[in-house]
Amino acid sequence: MCGIIGVIDRRRQLMDGTKIKEALASMNERGSGEGAGYVAYGIYPEYKEYYALHVFFDHIREHKVPLEDLLEKWGTIVHDEQIKTCEQPNLRKVHTPWRYFFRPDPTLMPKSTTPEEDIITHLVMKVNSERNGALIFSSGKNLGVFKAAGWPEDVANFYRIQDYKGYLWLAHNRYPTNTAGWWGGAHPFNLLDWSVVHNGEITSYGTNRRYIESFGYKCTMYTDTEVVAYLVDLLVRKHGLSEKMAVRAFAPPFWEDIDRMPAKEQELNRAIRLTYGSAMMNGPFAICVANENTLVGFTDRIKLRPLVVGESGDRLFISSEEAAIRRIDKDVGNIFMPKAGEPVIGRVYV
Amino acid sequence: MGAVHINAKDIHYTQLNEQIRTIVARGGKEIILDNILGQRFIADGLRGENVTITINGVPGGDLAMFMSGPTIIVHGNADHAPGNTMDKGTVIIHGSAGDAVAHSMRGGRIYVRDNIGYRGGIHMKQYMGKRPILVVGGSAQAFLGEYMAGGLLIVLGLNDAAPVSERGVGSGIHGGEIIVRGEVEEKYLGMGAKQQPLTSEQRAEILPVIEDFARVFNIDKEPLLAAEYSRIIPAHARPFANKYTWE
Repeated sequence: MCGIIGVIDRRRQLMDGTKIKEALASMNERGSGEGAGYVAYGIYPEYKEYYALHVFFDHIREHKVPLEDLLEKWGTIVHDEQIKTCEQPNLRKVHTPWRYFFRPDPTLMPKSTTPEEDIITHLVMKVNSERNGALIFSSGKNLGVFKAAGWPEDVANFYRIQDYKGYLWLAHNRYPTNTAGWWGGAHPFNLLDWSVVHNGEITSYGTNRRYIESFGYKCTMYTDTEVVAYLVDLLVRKHGLSEKMAVRAFAPPFWEDIDRMPAKEQELNRAIRLTYGSAMMNGPFAICVANENTLVGFTDRIKLRPLVVGESGDRLFISSEEAAIRRIDKDVGNIFMPKAGEPVIGRVYV
Repeated sequence: MGAVHINAKDIHYTQLNEQIRTIVARGGKEIILDNILGQRFIADGLRGENVTITINGVPGGDLAMFMSGPTIIVHGNADHAPGNTMDKGTVIIHGSAGDAVAHSMRGGRIYVRDNIGYRGGIHMKQYMGKRPILVVGGSAQAFLGEYMAGGLLIVLGLNDAAPVSERGVGSGIHGGEIIVRGEVEEKYLGMGAKQQPLTSEQRAEILPVIEDFARVFNIDKEPLLAAEYSRIIPAHARPFANKYTWE
């Protein structure tokens, strides 16, 4: 059991982190104090052309220089600083969070059609699998993940989440079940523009992991959710599927339902299931995925985890509980629970 | 003791339930909870006759779990599993409810004015004189009455939508009955469930329940009393005898 909440303002109007913290903390019962985290889009306007790399260092003196040497090999560090934190009595600071604004050198990945993204992906996979005292847990432009092993309020206060202003937020309160809680295992999981929060478990993790690793991604966080971030990156960014079709691959209709569809739809759905059989996710899950333009929520196809949607003006909310949404906007309207496996998508207007 | 108001804003459910229990122990019969927002487990295990708790707001999950006797009236939506293993009493929800409404309910009544989520009435049961009743005014999502072992579950489909148009209705049902206004498309019936028209005796048995539901929510009862209903029950006496046991 975990608690999730996401909100997008379709006009890109900024919201500071105060309310999202309160909303997440209202679902404390869904967590165990072993992991919480937030991601906000739109928080680094002054550096928006550069990739914002958030890094956990084990020991600054030992591990910072090797990471910087590696980054300098692939591009330029435009600016770096310690991420501002504020010690909390109930949160043991086991890592030092640092941020880099980084410009990759596209000429170093000559055969790629998306050289910058491929350099960043390469760096994230390399650093996180070598585990040399540094972990890159956030790597998109104009966005940042803030997470740690602790309760939602403590993690929010540790990072002073109220000081960040974003038009799209995801937040997660973790109740680790199959693996131990640790800083890197807290949600959101992020790669480039993609961030993922997840309640439940992906019992098909083994299959999904083998599939995604065959494309060069490496699963290094000892937990199932990261595979979702990489699958979305592969299907949507690399293969060009719409978010809707990607969700269709992750939580496809049952064969018996496909058999009842009109011929053209049958063909499409069969093709998706056959092509992306190894990307299909089993087990109970409710997931929110975000990129700079979009918030997507969906559940497993027999709906073993809760997901509530609400709308109010330009804002779309997706959460485990209606009450959490009402912490942010008490008069939210159009509350509904989407059907199993069917994505709810909120997109910015411009 | 007259009606007791509690401003529940930012009060944790533990303190809230302590206050409720204290009031009931002192003979309080009417409690009004204002500004409820997400508190779980309200009135869980509470016993008492003629006690009414009005909830203004959106309560959290497992409302009235194990409750035996009181009446709860919610002005707002409820989250997952209201009436979980409830023993006796009434829960009236002026709104919708989440997944697993009336989970393992063993007695009493739950009325939901609007819609419910997945697995409504899962594992409802009955024994001797105890027969739980769940009535839903709007529609239900998939796996309605999953593994149902007893009790009565009625879905009326009043909000311009079919009572249920998703898979697995009565999946694994081995007791009790699911009544829907109109009928459920055959493809939506779950494994081990079958659908039948009602006999006049069966109809006579459910109409008073529907009439009571209409009274509580102030809905015109006549169209409901005149409507056709279908009944979903176990296909056999022990539909899963061969699946889980060897004899």
